[in-house]
Amino acid sequence: MLLYVFRRLLTAIPTMFVIVTLAFFLIRVAPGGPFNQERGLSPEIKANLEAQFGLSDPLWLQYWNYLKNLLRGDFGPSYNLPDFTVAELFQEGLKVSIPLGASALVLALLFGGTLGIIAALRQNKPADYAVIAVATAGSTIPTFVIAPLIQLLFGLTWKLLPIGGWGDGALINKVGPVLTLALPQMAIVARLMRGSMIESLRSHHIRTAKALGLSDWSVVVKHALRGALLPIVSYAGPAAAALLTGSIIVETIFSIPGVGRYFVQAALNRDYTLVMGTVVVIALFTILFNLIVDILYAVVDPRVRYD
Amino acid sequence: MTNLSSESVDGVVSPDGRHLTSPMATEIPVAGRSLFGDAWERLKQNKAAMFSLFYLVAMALVCIVGPFFSPHLYSTIYPDYVRTPPSLSPYPSEAGIETALDDVLRRMRLDKKEWRQDGDRIYVTVTSSKDIDERNTRYLDRSDTFEDAKLESKSADGTEAVFSAAVKQQYFFFGTDNIGRDLMTRTLVAGRISLAIGLLAGIVAVVIGVVYGATAGFIGGKTDEVMMRIVDVLYSLPFIFFVIMLVVFFGRNFVLMFLAVGAVLWLDMARIVRGQALSIRRQEYVQAAEAMGVSQRGILQRHVIPNLLGPVVIYMTLLVPQVILLESFLSFLGLGVQEPMTSWGVLISAGASNIGTANWMLLFPAFFLVSTLFALNFIGDGLRDALDPKDR
Repeated sequence: MLLYVFRRLLTAIPTMFVIVTLAFFLIRVAPGGPFNQERGLSPEIKANLEAQFGLSDPLWLQYWNYLKNLLRGDFGPSYNLPDFTVAELFQEGLKVSIPLGASALVLALLFGGTLGIIAALRQNKPADYAVIAVATAGSTIPTFVIAPLIQLLFGLTWKLLPIGGWGDGALINKVGPVLTLALPQMAIVARLMRGSMIESLRSHHIRTAKALGLSDWSVVVKHALRGALLPIVSYAGPAAAALLTGSIIVETIFSIPGVGRYFVQAALNRDYTLVMGTVVVIALFTILFNLIVDILYAVVDPRVRYD
Repeated sequence: MTNLSSESVDGVVSPDGRHLTSPMATEIPVAGRSLFGDAWERLKQNKAAMFSLFYLVAMALVCIVGPFFSPHLYSTIYPDYVRTPPSLSPYPSEAGIETALDDVLRRMRLDKKEWRQDGDRIYVTVTSSKDIDERNTRYLDRSDTFEDAKLESKSADGTEAVFSAAVKQQYFFFGTDNIGRDLMTRTLVAGRISLAIGLLAGIVAVVIGVVYGATAGFIGGKTDEVMMRIVDVLYSLPFIFFVIMLVVFFGRNFVLMFLAVGAVLWLDMARIVRGQALSIRRQEYVQAAEAMGVSQRGILQRHVIPNLLGPVVIYMTLLVPQVILLESFLSFLGLGVQEPMTSWGVLISAGASNIGTANWMLLFPAFFLVSTLFALNFIGDGLRDALDPKDR
């Protein structure tokens, strides 16, 4: 198992390299630069700034330097938020984005999973149709509609939640964003769980367990659930990576200082280092969670072995 | 009428298997149904999908034709009607007339003595310390609320006069937005843009994806390997990064941009088509056709393309809502369609920032967008059930 993890981490290196290289040159090909703002800097100042950040070097040298620094864990300074390094920005932002994303993921898995199981056990009965309706709604209504609706209902009409803002991480400020993040995921998890649970309940070992007279609870939770978990696990990996790296929609609508906003801002401002930082962080999370998914496979399904 | 692939479905998948050897089959020729006639029959049974289909057609018609019948242009600004709530009765209301009148009189620099409404005209008596100029009527005409203003009478010393004006009746069924534009016209015009973009980018994605995937699947071997590796690499880049790069390259020209967005969304299509192409090539009926000496072209036309069309059509109906969502998302971020042109995403974005004062600005466009997405998804699900003979 350890050997497998090690091998997987090794194969992640060329993947990361390709992603970093592609992103580096793509953003450089884009017209404009970090210091071409509308207010316009005098050419001397611009030249000085570019020299200071090494932007006047030939492109291959910049690429080489970036790679070298990246290997040392140095993401460089942000060009448009000049008092911060990219690493600092992410440190601050991830402190906000990770707890939000993690709570949303846990909520989605718990509630979505439960709803899916209920629907599967009551297949083609009212409870099942209710879950399907909720799941369809949840996965169809886009986040940028859910978020303002939550603000309108809970914030303005019933005055239960603040309309937005972070409030230094007060619990009440997190409710709206977490709900917005969790609802669509919950819908998808419920759908997946319903499908795979129905399949799992049809399998032979469940029939045997029922014939042996095990209680319904034990059949469902101990035996059927385990077989039904695989699709959920493989869905949860990429979903976790996406949730933990922040959502621009939720952060913009609820005015939350997470990392989701950086990508769009940075790309539009040609803040090269911040764009690269975002790409690297997202790629790292994706690779990490794909690895976790593969390890969890072996835990959930003993037929999967990595020896 | 008879289509080879439907014969193979009828013959091979027949549940009892006796179908093929039964003498009945040769004596009474059963009228064959084409794959798509069959699918259409099955789709007609699906109430949700059929309702969605009608809904979508109605939505498209209303969006295309509706703005021509609307008295308002999507870009006309009525300064007197900023954030007017939706109403089935005409504006202005009693209070609205008074406010608008006071506003006009302030511009005239005249004092109101009294005013009354008689039918659809108002009569206002004004006083001033100086002689009242009759050209003051143009202040009334200039307002959104009044038209056809006249000077009715003037006192001998010219310091008191009676003006009259017709009240211009306006309907704002969906209300107006934060700068006073009719929301109904805007929502319908936005629908045109959103639906057109969905279709346009959807077609681009399907064409690229089908050509790429089919090429990889048919040539196979090394070429296939390299082509699919390229798809994998493109997949691993964050999608939003791609889209933002496209915005950066193409600027805010939305037609170009959505052609480009379509050019990004082809990855899934390419994978699906390649997989299908690979599996169809290995099917027995294709091998049988090959053994019987059917040309490569004939195999493509009679077996491969009809069997590929199913997944392509299904994926396309699921792709269109994706594109509409993506367009709305970009417009929401201010990167898509630019004012005064509008799309559902632009309207929802404006609605989200005005929920405190004008929640209809969010609710109407959101309802249009969400119901369209629902309809498209139901049609996609219905088509999948109808076109996939295994999954009945």
